Amino acid sequence: MSTPVVLYEQEYEQLKRVITRLCADANAKFVFLVDKNGQQIAAHGEMLNLDTTSLASLTAGNVAATDGLAHLIGERGFPVLSHEGERDNLHISIVATRVILVIIFDERSSLGLVRLRVKRATAEMNSIFEVIDTKVDRERDMGIALDSPFAEITEEDIDALFN
Amino acid sequence: MQPPRRSDKGIRALTFINYASREINCKIVYYGPGLGGKTTNLQYIYDTTAAQSKGKLISLATETDRTLFFDFLPLDLGTVRGFKTRFHLYTVPGQVFYDASRKLILKGVDGMVFVADSQRERMDANIEALFNLEANLKQHGYDLMKVPYVLQLNKRDLPNVVSASDLTAELSRKGEPVFEGVANRGVGVFDTLKAVAKQVLLELRKNGGG
Repeated sequence: MSTPVVLYEQEYEQLKRVITRLCADANAKFVFLVDKNGQQIAAHGEMLNLDTTSLASLTAGNVAATDGLAHLIGERGFPVLSHEGERDNLHISIVATRVILVIIFDERSSLGLVRLRVKRATAEMNSIFEVIDTKVDRERDMGIALDSPFAEITEEDIDALFN
Repeated sequence: MQPPRRSDKGIRALTFINYASREINCKIVYYGPGLGGKTTNLQYIYDTTAAQSKGKLISLATETDRTLFFDFLPLDLGTVRGFKTRFHLYTVPGQVFYDASRKLILKGVDGMVFVADSQRERMDANIEALFNLEANLKQHGYDLMKVPYVLQLNKRDLPNVVSASDLTAELSRKGEPVFEGVANRGVGVFDTLKAVAKQVLLELRKNGGG
């Protein structure tokens, strides 16, 4: 079992700014970032009651299954998925190879506009994730220790979770 | 905020720590032969957990309620050292021909539960599922010997069961915690979950503090 994947606060705020602007520029209802394992990263939009936990898990499953199909037919992957509904539509794309960008939009936007705005936002987010990777690699090379929340966790802490 | 360290870029990406929102998410997968009780475990956990501690139970199933892709249940266990601790529980489809789907669900796993069917006639299915688990974990770069892991012997209430000692002898892989269960009545369900969750958190301590 490897050490955890972490999200730095500074880059998290940058990602939030990118998806907030994307939501506005694409006239979207909701923009959501989730990692390929189904963990939520960031979200912005007007769908306040949306169950983002379920959205994250189902999106990751959807992408995983589609990747499986792609490999079966000899493709590397299908980096963009689009679903058209009666009222709302879903645009799913991959960012930085390991993150999924989900956009929910209705008749106030269009697939073309969404795709255009996603292209720019993807480039920005790719840069942010590259910075994260570089930061981590640099700190690992310098031997900087992790200030993990679990470094001093006790069995009592864990038992308390289940009481 | 002190910058954290990662020793692995994340081909086996797993526990997700968000320092910005102070959340930790861990993934636990329930594995085992078809109709062994994996979904029943999650259903019982969902039915008996307080509303504020759980999300929706998602079940992607066939028309006959056999798991088709996965079940998913997010649990909020509370706060540890200022971090909200969430466990995402998944089950895999147990039927043999859903192997491609099982492989996908295993990705990013932090802890495993093997739900064995104690019935005598299901022994071969248990063994096949266990070897399938090891093979699929290996494909993702995991070693079952190193992954937090618990064995549940389910359906102990049925008349045609193998003894717990024989079942353990046959299925135990590394001296893991073993719990007898009757999942449809909740027997052993939370003991199993607590045991695997504890292993996951202690493993995080080992990796984070080392």
